[in-house]
Amino acid sequence: MAQKNITLLLGGRPHEVINFDPTRTLLDYLRYDAARTGTKEGCGEGDCGACTVVIGTLKEGKLHFEAVNSCIIFLPTLDGKLLLTVEDLVQPDGSLHIIQRAIADLQASQCGFCTPGFVMSIFAHIRSGGGADLASINDALAGNLCRCTGYGPIIEAVRHSISAQVEDHLTALEETWIKQLAAMSSPDTLSLSWACPDTGNERHYSAPKTTAALTALYAAHPEATLLAGGTDVGLWVTKQLRSLDRLIYLGHITELARITKSKTHIEIGAGVTFADALPILSTHFPDLGEVIRRLGSAQIRNRATIGGNIANGSPIGDSMPVLIALNTELTLQSASGLRHIPLEDYFISYGKQDRAAGEFVAAIRIPILKADQYFRAYKISKRFDQDISSVCGAISVTLNDGIISSARIAYGGVAATPLRAIATENTLIGAKWNETTIQSAMSALENDISPISDMRATADYRLKVARNILLKAYIEYDTPLSQTRLTGDGAQTRLMGNGAAE
Amino acid sequence: MTENAPSINGDIHRDIRHDSAHKHVAGSADYIDDIPEKRDLLHVCLGQSSRAHARIKSLDLDDVRAAPGVVMVLTADDIPGKNDVSPFAGDDPLFAEDIVQFHGQSIFAVAATSRDQARRAAKLAKIDYEDYPAILTIDDAMTAKSYIEAPQCMKQGDSAAALKKAPIRRTGCFRVGGQDHFYLEGQIAMAEPKEDGDVHVWSSTQNPTEVQHLVAKVLNIPDNGVTVEVRRMGGGFGGKETHPSLFAAAAALVARKTGRTAKCRVDRDDDMIMTGKRHDFRIDYDVGFDSEGRLLGLDLKLASRCGYSVDLSPAINDRAMFHSDNCYFLEHVTINSYRCRTNTVSNTAFRGFGGPQGMIAIERIMDVIAHDLSKDPLDVRMINLYGKTDRNITPYGMMVEDNIAPELIAELAKTADYKNRRREITAFNQVNVYLKKAIALTPVKFGISFTALHLNQAGALIHIYSDGSVHLNHGGTEMGQGLFIKVAQVVANELQIDIDRIKISATTTDKVPNSSPTAASSGSDLNGMAALAAARTLKNRLTEFAAHHYDCAIDHIVFRNNHVYLDDQEISFNQLVHQAYLGRVSLSSTGFYKTPKIHYDRKIHKGRPFFYFSYGAAIAEVIIDLLTGENKILRVDILHDVGKSLNPAIDRGQIEGGFIQGAGWLTTEELVFDDKGILRSHAPSTYKIPTSADRPAQMTINLWNGVNKEDTIHKSKAVGEPPLMLAIAAHSALTLAVANANNAKDLPALNAPATAEEILSKLI
Repeated sequence: MAQKNITLLLGGRPHEVINFDPTRTLLDYLRYDAARTGTKEGCGEGDCGACTVVIGTLKEGKLHFEAVNSCIIFLPTLDGKLLLTVEDLVQPDGSLHIIQRAIADLQASQCGFCTPGFVMSIFAHIRSGGGADLASINDALAGNLCRCTGYGPIIEAVRHSISAQVEDHLTALEETWIKQLAAMSSPDTLSLSWACPDTGNERHYSAPKTTAALTALYAAHPEATLLAGGTDVGLWVTKQLRSLDRLIYLGHITELARITKSKTHIEIGAGVTFADALPILSTHFPDLGEVIRRLGSAQIRNRATIGGNIANGSPIGDSMPVLIALNTELTLQSASGLRHIPLEDYFISYGKQDRAAGEFVAAIRIPILKADQYFRAYKISKRFDQDISSVCGAISVTLNDGIISSARIAYGGVAATPLRAIATENTLIGAKWNETTIQSAMSALENDISPISDMRATADYRLKVARNILLKAYIEYDTPLSQTRLTGDGAQTRLMGNGAAE
Repeated sequence: MTENAPSINGDIHRDIRHDSAHKHVAGSADYIDDIPEKRDLLHVCLGQSSRAHARIKSLDLDDVRAAPGVVMVLTADDIPGKNDVSPFAGDDPLFAEDIVQFHGQSIFAVAATSRDQARRAAKLAKIDYEDYPAILTIDDAMTAKSYIEAPQCMKQGDSAAALKKAPIRRTGCFRVGGQDHFYLEGQIAMAEPKEDGDVHVWSSTQNPTEVQHLVAKVLNIPDNGVTVEVRRMGGGFGGKETHPSLFAAAAALVARKTGRTAKCRVDRDDDMIMTGKRHDFRIDYDVGFDSEGRLLGLDLKLASRCGYSVDLSPAINDRAMFHSDNCYFLEHVTINSYRCRTNTVSNTAFRGFGGPQGMIAIERIMDVIAHDLSKDPLDVRMINLYGKTDRNITPYGMMVEDNIAPELIAELAKTADYKNRRREITAFNQVNVYLKKAIALTPVKFGISFTALHLNQAGALIHIYSDGSVHLNHGGTEMGQGLFIKVAQVVANELQIDIDRIKISATTTDKVPNSSPTAASSGSDLNGMAALAAARTLKNRLTEFAAHHYDCAIDHIVFRNNHVYLDDQEISFNQLVHQAYLGRVSLSSTGFYKTPKIHYDRKIHKGRPFFYFSYGAAIAEVIIDLLTGENKILRVDILHDVGKSLNPAIDRGQIEGGFIQGAGWLTTEELVFDDKGILRSHAPSTYKIPTSADRPAQMTINLWNGVNKEDTIHKSKAVGEPPLMLAIAAHSALTLAVANANNAKDLPALNAPATAEEILSKLI
């Protein structure tokens, strides 16, 4: 039986939202229904961060705070969550939170429009134990654009807020929130319906809590839109003005949010966010970690899921080429059971994937690197942070006595789908691992890829860089001490010499 | 006694935080969309052209009208007054009538009960077009001689003869891209109908008076029927100087026709598609020089893409010409400027207003000369600087009287250790095969004043209430730059009262009329002076009253730290005000200011267009990746001249923010139009302004220790635009880094923005 309402802790207080459009964005709800106009709309597509709010989720008895872009989040996904906006950071006596005071005192606001978003990103960064080093701060702020300050004073304000180590008025409330959230949680599928007065259609939203419930629901409604992080689906509504009349939300299914590690594989559920996957993936595959670090922003990585990145089939999803090069296996699930395929086989053509009606992406399995396996991945984009790649490429080779026994090379941004460069791989297999071989692989690459020109890059550039990535991978193997990177772990410090960067 | 009194809070020349900072951080600073909506408010969305150049064969809006929630649809036929929202040329229709002239041009407005309904309905128009040939690029326009006005020429000396005689001569061409303002708060206006057909408009505008005037023209009512108000903008940068009128007029028209409050909040993509940007330029040079690197003659050709209409392009391109000298004496120079009319959005003001494009031209030429002679580019720059007593006439005939560039540059080069670091970079490049570095120093000299003479005026209005609290208003607008706090500091200083006794209020056309746009870096110079005049009038009235009331000589009366001292007596400011009120003294005054000394004859491009110059210099160290073209600004050192700063903290913010914004323009911000004239980078997902990590990890900003020679507000200098041009150092350094990698005879003709792709394409 469909309900009409959801319950959340808005600003820490139980709050019910009744009879609403399930595709109403959280931002619109806050600004136009809840009189919380401190949160701003800058772009409506999750790229500027002016709408950043913090969601608190109960996980294993603890509260996890995450910054998210409220402009592309659908309101019902807030059911059972704690929601904090910039207004909530002001203390009950009207005085400013330490973060707010630091920003004001250090001249870190000019026009002020981006400022509430920064405040909330910084709050989430600090509450999740974020570091005070420049790299950590930049990563925490990458999803917040400021056009006035040049960022320096904001970075200072973060450092100041972290070093002040002041307990705020919210800390004392956490115990209560945990109890309230626990009491609000329910094992049952949340089902909402709303009659759209403009179209006359009934709009449905279901949030199953188990894969069993999901499988049944999706079998009954194969036309439904599956919603995970919504960092793409949100834009279907805010930018493409599409009407989504049946949504199935996957965000409450704990089975899909599991990460497991065996001796040979890491298995990641489709519902695991990039933020949650980042630590284990960076440990085992540093370059994949670096690609994910630069995928979207903290706000996006807190919502976007690996399953969503794959399922949506975009040719420019950053994680795909890297996962394909790592020989990742995809698990699909439906009422008729599980199906395992190599990840690259999932992408058939532009907009077309190997996914049957009622079937959903359930998990991926990534083989752990072997001792004789050499792996590199590179993301090339117009801007380092929070940009979509012009080219993303990855290479994995297995070497036996200087001979390449197997090779997997994959790219994104150079064709209608993420793809394996088979012809290029073939020039490597059985050959000596040296520069001559790499050069022939670089020549062979044009048989594999057919990039296009668009606003991110020209076809020429894409081809050239796709080739040079192979060379770079070889150089980094051949002369590991040579400087080859401008970003990522240690690049800054190395480049500027001792102490210059910080 | 008075000497020992502590000073007031919020005095001039102090670091005072932004007046709204505590509200920004709490989310309680109200922008227009934060004003509570009236229950019957209508949302307005504009319907756009999907063609770059076409005749509208038929316009069928039946489906739009029938869409859910739609209350009214308006086209050109519904305009009671003039169908124009242009600043002066009369060529920007509110709604295109017969011909559309760019992709994204406004054709109609739809008003609906929700914003979502209005946006959906606007997509339902059925428009039949007959396509016309579209001129999209500078090159197309130059071939077709398609201009928004006649090409302009500025000359000094005889460049043809000088070039002929010059021992060395080089020619070249490069391109500089445009830039979207990307103010975080998009364009927005809300209009409320009033009695007698009047309308009150809240507009996010740098130019309330122009919005007032254009709304009145569209509605066919006198200016006094329109009040325009803006408390603050979420960023402007020039993008809210002329374009807000389009959205304000649409909202006002709906309000007038329906009798309901109407709001037009523009979606980010629509904003980027429908509003003008910084002009992109093609720059051609023919330069002659000697073996010392001294520039002997220069022919410079500046061609810019103005878009479909005139907007402010004449003045913007004039300013490009004015800044083609930057800090260098050009004895023999001819600057030809072509203002191309294209079927693209009408380009407009953007921080620097053409100056950056002119300046980057001469900085490139300095690098070309140095490269050709294998000299340190800094040495070449130094020998070409303006002199103090000779070699000091600009190409437009103005004598440079305040030249501090030589000592400013020398000090920066010394404190930032330029020479040693340049050597270290050479060493780095010798051992590194795949990454190359470079360092560059470029200076800035930026002319301060509107080149349109009449705009160099300002008004202010100050009330003192009988409790001694003060209400301050002036014609300047606040877009984050800190104008309001600076002007309040001026008033606090003049009246010698704490700044928290002064209420800063929204810019409103019914308080201060006929205001100029807050632009050209002139905000504090003009409005600070106007407010000072108003405060001085009130102070004089209070002094005269006190002299009479306390029987004290006027020159024995001193205002200091919230008190007034009269010989041996001391009373509080508030007491005196209350006494003056009881004594029937007028406690409200206007103030007015007009900039002295300036004049200009545009027919011959000679005169003194600027009251003074602001100076600065920056050193940028960069690194590039030879395999991908990726690049990074590693370190920046800035020394900038703000005269005797009214508020050093605010000024530093302008300098850092200006630099980063300029760096974005020159590195990652790329406007991509396709062959149909459609802007493809129209959202932050595709148009990349700098993020936090793009800020150089090491950035040092120092203020030049000096005062303005001219009599400006407390000897300060303008700061809004000049720092943006400091970022040219980064582009120069990137060019040199590519040169360091190539090790070839010619300096690479690196275009801007220097994206990874652009850099890789210039690597040999």
